[in-house]
Amino acid sequence: MKKRHLRGDILLIGGLLLAAAIAFACVFLLRGDGDSVRVTVDGELYGVYALSQDVTVDIRTADGEANNRLVIRDGKAQVETATCPDGICAAHYPIFRDGESIVCLPNRVVITVVTAQSGDAPDVIA
Amino acid sequence: MNNKAKTAAFTGLCIALALVLAYVEVLLPPLFPAIPGVKMGLPNIVIVFLLYRRGGVTAATVSLLRVVLVTLLFGNAMAFFYSLAGGALSLVLMLLLRRLDLLSPVGVSVAGGVAHNVGQILTAMLLLDTTELGYYLAVLIVSGVVAGVFVGLCGALLIKKVPEKLIHNGK
Ligand SMILES: [Zn+2]
Repeated sequence: MKKRHLRGDILLIGGLLLAAAIAFACVFLLRGDGDSVRVTVDGELYGVYALSQDVTVDIRTADGEANNRLVIRDGKAQVETATCPDGICAAHYPIFRDGESIVCLPNRVVITVVTAQSGDAPDVIA
Repeated sequence: MNNKAKTAAFTGLCIALALVLAYVEVLLPPLFPAIPGVKMGLPNIVIVFLLYRRGGVTAATVSLLRVVLVTLLFGNAMAFFYSLAGGALSLVLMLLLRRLDLLSPVGVSVAGGVAHNVGQILTAMLLLDTTELGYYLAVLIVSGVVAGVFVGLCGALLIKKVPEKLIHNGK
């Protein structure tokens, strides 16, 4: 293999992979805003809440205990208080981009931003 | 057998080979089921080989007839335009790169594979929204590189090993 060819190949492949990485980064940075959040507890759908309305939701487990307080304000969703020992969910920054999520592993709560057109039509707004 | 007949026979043989490879590809499970157009591009092995050992005209002929025949055999009319756009873009780019002589056959094949995927997606672009496009492009580039390296290595092997007598009429 000629040296010039090898260098050309490496430049080409490296450049293409770089372009792919940039495209991927753009997908995440320019990701569109979602219009609602979907809450699941233990994998079961708990509720879907529109981001357009300010609301406070106490996410309760089956035994009625309020474990995580979800607050939607100014089109963003965040966990305000939580009973979990790690407090990771409460420390998470407010989410609003399509696909972003806050996970509370100890309480098995997942909050994900969705858009109506992504198939999960928020027709069960509580 | 005269030269013309031999050329026709050889070209036909290459088209048949490209079709067999296209058929093998249809049988293989899709790499990314969610994204149409992501394929290994196995027929491109024949195209790359021809590009180096026989020249652009034969490569273009085989490429075009392959697209037509694959559409008739396994595809639909919509896929024809995607494939044609992908195939044409890929072929033109590979011809150009071959002439520039900056890359090995593997590099040329990688460029051709990515151009093929991107050409297809540009044709389908109107159907996608912008955030999806970035994601599709990234997947298509990476899969094009991987497929292109594989195709290029196969092509390079053929370019090196196939005896001259088989390609040209005892010149
Ligand atoms: Zn938590």
